[in-house]
Amino acid sequence: MSAIEQRFGPYGGRYVPETLIAALDELTEAWAEAREDRAFNERLRLLHRDFIGRPTPLYLADRLSARAARRVYLKREDLAHTGAHKINNAIGQALLAERMGKPRVIAETGAGQHGVATATACALFGLECVVYMGSEDIRRQRPNVERMGLLGAEVVPVEAGARTLKEAVSAAIRDWVANVETTHYVIGSAVGPAPFPALVRDLQRVIGEEAREQALAAEGALPARVIACVGGGSNSIGIFTPFVEDAGVELIGVEAAGEGLDTGRHGASLGAGATGVLHGSLSSVIADEEGQILEAHSISAGLDYPGVGPEHAFLRDSGRASYFSVTDAQALAAFAELCRLEGIIPALESSHAIAWLLENGGASEGYDVVCLSGRGDKDLAEVNAQSEGVGG
Amino acid sequence: MERIEVAFRVAEDQGRPALMPYMMAGYPDRESSLAVAESYADNGADLVELGVPFSDPLADGPTIHAAATAALEAGATLETAFELCEAISGRVPVVFMVYANMVLAHGGVGEFARRAAAAGAAGAIVPDLPLEEAEPVRAAFAELGLALVPLIAPTTPPERRAQICAVAQGFVYVVSTVGTTGERDEIPPQLAALVTATKAEAEVPVAVGFGIGTPEQAAQVGEVADGVIIGSRLVRAAGEGGGPEAAASAVGSFLRETRAAFARR
Repeated sequence: MSAIEQRFGPYGGRYVPETLIAALDELTEAWAEAREDRAFNERLRLLHRDFIGRPTPLYLADRLSARAARRVYLKREDLAHTGAHKINNAIGQALLAERMGKPRVIAETGAGQHGVATATACALFGLECVVYMGSEDIRRQRPNVERMGLLGAEVVPVEAGARTLKEAVSAAIRDWVANVETTHYVIGSAVGPAPFPALVRDLQRVIGEEAREQALAAEGALPARVIACVGGGSNSIGIFTPFVEDAGVELIGVEAAGEGLDTGRHGASLGAGATGVLHGSLSSVIADEEGQILEAHSISAGLDYPGVGPEHAFLRDSGRASYFSVTDAQALAAFAELCRLEGIIPALESSHAIAWLLENGGASEGYDVVCLSGRGDKDLAEVNAQSEGVGG
Repeated sequence: MERIEVAFRVAEDQGRPALMPYMMAGYPDRESSLAVAESYADNGADLVELGVPFSDPLADGPTIHAAATAALEAGATLETAFELCEAISGRVPVVFMVYANMVLAHGGVGEFARRAAAAGAAGAIVPDLPLEEAEPVRAAFAELGLALVPLIAPTTPPERRAQICAVAQGFVYVVSTVGTTGERDEIPPQLAALVTATKAEAEVPVAVGFGIGTPEQAAQVGEVADGVIIGSRLVRAAGEGGGPEAAASAVGSFLRETRAAFARR
């Protein structure tokens, strides 16, 4: 059994108040045991199949391929129950909370997808659920707030700072510091103090495992490129991980350039950040020269985050993965394009991966797999508001 | 580092706990925070814990979090904190309370340590730098004679507590309660046992913070601890005043009342 990573090269670690260390040790031990436990894995496998609807399809998108001038498959995480990959992590961690005997679960959410997924998992296992969400995100993602309510979760608005994902994570960590003995924190991305980045990756790697098998079955060869959007980086680390040893497969992460990297209003922690500590791990963060964390910006709430998982910082430095960014405008254009080309309404987050593909198509060798991490129903109000703004 | 020990010893010789008020640099504004710092030195502080405002203070409750945000909005920087330290460090030892990213970012730990030492600081508490992450910072601090003060929480297992005590410098900071900073109605009943156990393991003094908001609570904690840290209550007092003089006067009377409460025990 391999140990659960505390660090990825220099990145990662546990930069949290001492109060949490015992709980992180307990979680590390619980996950080390659970992931080797046949009964636990069997239960998770059945939940994947019968509750989430896995495996999600790997879909050859013909009209998108024609537009990109190369063969493109979409890994359809938008078809997972609750509409995004977030459910893979939420179900796994809720199962772990139950195993650890923690009756109360907290989570943060940006776009609302992780909040909905966690509320869903808690309903399924009968756990109390509290979700922290920035009030600006509550405004942007109203339907998901209503879903969480229906599922029995309490949504706590966070008014600090820019009232988005960063502050929601901070509020959840503070709750955890106060209630650590009864509460498990289901963090929503591959960020946070160890063991969370490894735990979330382990729970999301099912995306890549399925995609790799499906791609080999369809094409008889591995893809040339695997492309995914990167906010905190959970769908991307999930789809990348099973391909990391396949040296011929290019791994491409697409961050939010927001209004443009040179405007300072973006979410490109890897492309335009510096080494620093945010939310418990050392990674690449968007901060000023004194170390104050800056507000990120992205049209997509899920990428509106000034940090990124530490394993991505490591993959960037090692050169194994490459990271690029696309602007709000490019993501919006890709959003519209995928709707009309394929009859798929993508999440604005996933639209960043599509946008990069559209800018970097062409008939070089091989084919691509793009992680369509979630569906875009939640984004309709935001997209409509933007297009009216542009039109008016 | 030695100045911290001397400050605790002076209090002990007087038969009372050391009083360590906390303040947020630059809150509610630079002038007022300077007046608060001077007032601490004038009104019986044995040491001063000087908070550096940070954008994402995970160990802090609503009062100090809001103060940090307000200080940053009022233009406070790391330099503001160093200036305040310089202003009072000749009169009272100053220990920074600073989050890890401010210590590690950009210039790196060497740069922070150099500037803190130049400003006359005696050490720093880094609330999000637990034992496993602390060694490089402790080493850089030690070169300049700065103490890295570690924290112990009620959730810290006994073995780990002993490991933390073994590397402690300056003093050990015992977190009174499971939670973030902020005033609370009650001192947890288990605190005395935790402090006693920590004192048995540490060669340096043991001070208690988090949740101490009245002179009576401070005196109660001071019965077992070598030092008492008061944070949110004083930050609230500093923010409620109308200008530097009012802030200085409000925190000054609180410190005098606390020293009087120590004397009554």
